[in-house]
Amino acid sequence: MVDLLLLVLLVIFALYAVYETDLLSSVVILSAFSLIMTIVWTRLNAVDVAFTEASVGAGVSTIIFLSALSRTKRREEITRNGKKLNIYNFLASLIVIFTGSVLIYGTFDMPDFGDFDAPVNNAIAPRYIYGSMAELGIKNFVTSILAAYRGYDTLGETTVIFTAGVAVVILLRRRDL
Amino acid sequence: MFDFIVSKYNYWISIVLMMIGLYGMIAKKNLVKKIIGMNIFQVSVFLFYISMGKIKGGTAPIYWEKAVIYDNPIPHVLILTAIVVSISTTAVALAIIILIYKKFGTIEEDKILELMEKENRR
Repeated sequence: MVDLLLLVLLVIFALYAVYETDLLSSVVILSAFSLIMTIVWTRLNAVDVAFTEASVGAGVSTIIFLSALSRTKRREEITRNGKKLNIYNFLASLIVIFTGSVLIYGTFDMPDFGDFDAPVNNAIAPRYIYGSMAELGIKNFVTSILAAYRGYDTLGETTVIFTAGVAVVILLRRRDL
Repeated sequence: MFDFIVSKYNYWISIVLMMIGLYGMIAKKNLVKKIIGMNIFQVSVFLFYISMGKIKGGTAPIYWEKAVIYDNPIPHVLILTAIVVSISTTAVALAIIILIYKKFGTIEEDKILELMEKENRR
């Protein structure tokens, strides 16, 4: 029941973050959204993801948004040119509702939530879980997969951060605009 | 019917969140608002992945003598990587938005398009 309540709260916060025209409060709501997400992840036993989300999603991401807002405008300008905008919004919601219903129809064939026999949980996960203590002696399976079994993924991830950092520095140092 | 809803609602709510994010990305004219929509979209995908790795009665994937079943750790690892990638995309996108604001003085998509057309006519 708590899980369902948290998930409904997530939907409300997401709706409010998209609806709000003051971008500053929208960003703060997004940060609160991330914090609720942290609780959801603790409930789903994904503890490593939870503290990454608390530091990166609720912390760093908010700081980046705020620093970007301080260099641009705080308020979203609503241009009211009547009919054209309404048709645009109507078409957008039509596309969104259609895509959403197709995706929800797709979940009917998926294994149930928490199903032990689901293919996701039986293909390679047991190999890592048994191997972690026997082969590496690391108690946290997430760490052993991240650092040892799928080390190249992590190397790629670090490359992505490095590239993004270099790109941001190059973009913000341009003086020719 | 009730069992069916209970067994699927996690996926459905992640899809609802995804669609809220998608709406923010395609219907809102403000560029920062589009990035906020993109963030919600990304988080919904993470929720979908982690929900798939949850096992009923499982404990957190950390070694424990009394544990009977562990949750699937692979989605957790993938999402740890994905969170970092998502923050990188957000940072680069916001840096580009700051540049756009420097050049055009606005972050509204329709106004930027008007200004670009004017520049092209000259």
